[in-house]
Amino acid sequence: MSAAHHWWVQRLTSVALVPLAVWLLVSLATLPSLDFVTLVSWIAGTWTATLLTLFVIIASWHSSLGLQVILEDYVHDQGLKTLSLVLSGFVHVLLAAFGIFAVLRIAFGSPL
Amino acid sequence: MSARPLSPHLTIYRMSRYCLLTSFTNRITGMVLSAGLLVFIYWLAALARGARAYARAQQLLGSDMARVVYVAIIAAFAYHLVAGIRHLIWDTGRGLEKAQSERSAWLVIVGALVLTGLCAWWAFRAREGAV
Repeated sequence: MSAAHHWWVQRLTSVALVPLAVWLLVSLATLPSLDFVTLVSWIAGTWTATLLTLFVIIASWHSSLGLQVILEDYVHDQGLKTLSLVLSGFVHVLLAAFGIFAVLRIAFGSPL
Repeated sequence: MSARPLSPHLTIYRMSRYCLLTSFTNRITGMVLSAGLLVFIYWLAALARGARAYARAQQLLGSDMARVVYVAIIAAFAYHLVAGIRHLIWDTGRGLEKAQSERSAWLVIVGALVLTGLCAWWAFRAREGAV
């Protein structure tokens, strides 16, 4: 990824995350309770499932880009730098996949 | 990948201490939020596994240690949100003068504290109402 493209995607994801993250926090704070049934029926809603999936993808992407810059700046050993960058990228993709699968599994109704 | 530019050219670019403090804190809070994302995905996965798995996960997610982590995540989010919006405003070419950026550094710090306080107040109120 070129530096300009990295910069641009970091901005795009941050703009998208402002409403998404605020929505998530406010929704969680205003739910009547945080027990299993309430949470699962909340997540299974069309809007919630859609926005949660988007949040998981975009937050993982933004986190991956941010951590990449930090690793590039502060890990000076070349081998360690490459290793940490690869590891961070893999973990972020895994996290995103895990999160998307979890939301879909709840939305399609298997846990209840 | 190896040719990408690096950022803190602290030996040749003298940042003001406000700029340094707010930039550094934005990175730290970003890392805290990355850890927060990990917790969030763990929580989602536990929910997806079903009621029993969620009950097991709640022993960890509902512990006092976890509450401290949530406060840290909320505070980090409050800061990262306000500081991130400042960065987006900078990207439009506005507010880059030294006096302006010093003023906005203070705004970011105060804004993050107020937002964290509001969240803490809300959480406390919600819990009081629930009991």
